[in-house]
Amino acid sequence: MIVDGGLARRLKALACTAPLHDLDARKAKLDWADATAYQMAEIALHTIDQVTVAMDFDTGASHEVIVRRLLPFIAAQAPHRGKAEHEKVARWVLDNLLNVGTVDRGFRSIYGTVGPDGAYERRAFDFKLLVELSAPNGEIYLRATDEAINVLVGALDTDVESAQIAAEVKLENLIKRGRLADAKLAAEQARYRTVQYGETLRTILDATRRDVRSVDWEHAVPELLDSALEHIESRFQAENAILRNITKARDEAEDPGRKRSAAELVEIVTDCITRHTQLQARLQAAGAYFRAEQDRQQFAGPPRKGGVDVFGQILVPTMGLGVGDAKATVEAYFRAASGPSTPGVATLPSLVSMLLRPAPERSTLVGELPEPELAPAEDTDRFSQEHWRRADELLDLTEVPRRLSGLLEEARETDAELARLVALRVLHAYSPEVGAAVRTGEATALIAVDDGTPLDDPEFGGIDLLVVAAMVSAELAEPGADPDDAPAPAEEVA
Amino acid sequence: MSPKDAAKNAEAAARLIAYGLRPKQLPARDASYAELVRRYGEDREFTQLTHAVAAGLGLMVLDVSNQAGAVLAATDESAFEIKMDSYARQSKIRERRETEKVMHGVIHLAVAALAFPRPDDLGNDTYVGRVSVDQVDAVVREACRILDERAEQAEANDDPPSDAPELEQAWRAYARRPETATTKDGRLAPDTTRGMISRALRFLAEQGFLVHVNADGGGTYRTTPRYQVQVRELAADAAFTELLELDVVAISGEDGSLRAGTTGTL
Repeated sequence: MIVDGGLARRLKALACTAPLHDLDARKAKLDWADATAYQMAEIALHTIDQVTVAMDFDTGASHEVIVRRLLPFIAAQAPHRGKAEHEKVARWVLDNLLNVGTVDRGFRSIYGTVGPDGAYERRAFDFKLLVELSAPNGEIYLRATDEAINVLVGALDTDVESAQIAAEVKLENLIKRGRLADAKLAAEQARYRTVQYGETLRTILDATRRDVRSVDWEHAVPELLDSALEHIESRFQAENAILRNITKARDEAEDPGRKRSAAELVEIVTDCITRHTQLQARLQAAGAYFRAEQDRQQFAGPPRKGGVDVFGQILVPTMGLGVGDAKATVEAYFRAASGPSTPGVATLPSLVSMLLRPAPERSTLVGELPEPELAPAEDTDRFSQEHWRRADELLDLTEVPRRLSGLLEEARETDAELARLVALRVLHAYSPEVGAAVRTGEATALIAVDDGTPLDDPEFGGIDLLVVAAMVSAELAEPGADPDDAPAPAEEVA
Repeated sequence: MSPKDAAKNAEAAARLIAYGLRPKQLPARDASYAELVRRYGEDREFTQLTHAVAAGLGLMVLDVSNQAGAVLAATDESAFEIKMDSYARQSKIRERRETEKVMHGVIHLAVAALAFPRPDDLGNDTYVGRVSVDQVDAVVREACRILDERAEQAEANDDPPSDAPELEQAWRAYARRPETATTKDGRLAPDTTRGMISRALRFLAEQGFLVHVNADGGGTYRTTPRYQVQVRELAADAAFTELLELDVVAISGEDGSLRAGTTGTL
């Protein structure tokens, strides 16, 4: 068996889409609405889309903003439903993409791989689609993960720069050839790449803030910043040219569909330009940022005496251990670091005052008990006790088998409803629950047998069954009649 | 020494221990406490007596100083011991218990790592560290990033085996856990990392190890001399010994590794 790394990668990529398919699989089971009218996977993709577009350098969109932006899309799928339901659908999809209800708020998929010893082993792959992060002001906002962006635009996990160039060239060509729908797609993809590009820079700056030396500011980062600036410059030119082209296309277009897609394209490209401006501002500030951090981190006092380096010597090694091994270390640390606990003991004065305190007045604790207004329970039984008793009498057939037609006739003399009950019970006896009868310890079970005689009856159609009560014994637990080879014996035609 | 004097001395020693059990009382604010601390420092017999009384109670005297007061630690199986089990018990047990404990422990370690970023900060009696919920989370996630990078460089598949969750590396359990989550009543969700961190900081503040400064960064605290003594004299060594037993040895430069070179520390 050969399982290569590529297979594992593909399995992981496949796993990322599972939560989306799962939404459509589960929508039928929702009890608060008939959600089958909605295409949940589409809504989910659109949600990731909206979250990604809203991501900027520092924060992203809040739950409320995303739900609001989703509403028109959801409303378009089921325009006759209420706004409250649309909102509920939006929240349901958002919650499921976050996987609210699990501790990790993430997804886990199991995949197989071949270990160094050639044995098949199962491994867990944990991933998230959307994450909640807290902004400096305490608000919670959403960001899409790399996995989510991969679901959104396939194979985006490539070299950001080369992918961007390809997308831009494609975009320009598409506009020249007048294929606006495709151009819109390309422009959107270009925008996601811009977002991803910004994310890369943000990660680098974050790492710099924590530790200047963890990032290579001598070669790697300056190169990255230079190429990023160059890149933005060329993108500016390209995008401005595209903008001119499509603005013209928008103004001259006759067909309303074409006009609209051109207008959307203008909007997307404008947004791209704004984003590039933001990125450029960040890039320009990056150098100063590095120097400030270097100053801050370098001019700390000289070391004087050795102690334990808690981060490098304890925290990082501990976190690299398996959970089972790490437990011993953290427990030893916790026991030693938590200090003594002081068992709570009441002092005599407080104990005395506690004992002397008057008992609280009960009347202030509980208000008047409201008398519940109870509606009488509706009678849900279709057949009365009397009907059941009469049917029992009719079907007490321990000696001689009888035909269904005869039973119906006799029952109809009393009541049409009784005939109905008898027919249903005989039909039920066609596939007798012998096992249940054995379990409940009943002496007889009603059995209906099909001998091919058609039933001639004004109300019911099918086979005129032979009905008899059979003795039940524990050894004969298997039902004798095979219901598969006969037509349905007594079907209601009324 | 007459029996009367001996009884008096024993009472004084026990009183010093009693002060030590109230972590928020300080010699600087209480003249009789300060007098006992002075006596501990000058009178060798009294020092020994104090240690004996403490040992009898199941306590260990880590340090007695004017800044920190009497810093005590519970010995194994003592009535004063706080067990990890009881600390982690309050959280919901939806996740595996062990993972939950390790997460709490890692957070406590990260608080100490952030409070004393360099080894020297632990030794410097005048050093006051500052920690906030935001920073603690960032420190642990930075450690996750370092370990993730290392894993990538090693190019071995170290996704956890699905049938042996105790082999999952501790950092993965932390990295999986969300930083924050919306709750119905808008409060901090207790099983997110920020929820767990803010609980740890409140706990340490109750134990007299931290003092709340302000609400910046999800809650900012400064360390007390007592915390420094506790981590330096006992806790760091305890954890270090455990690691040595597992044959995990990390050598670190003299300026620590939290901000300085994190490459090649292992």
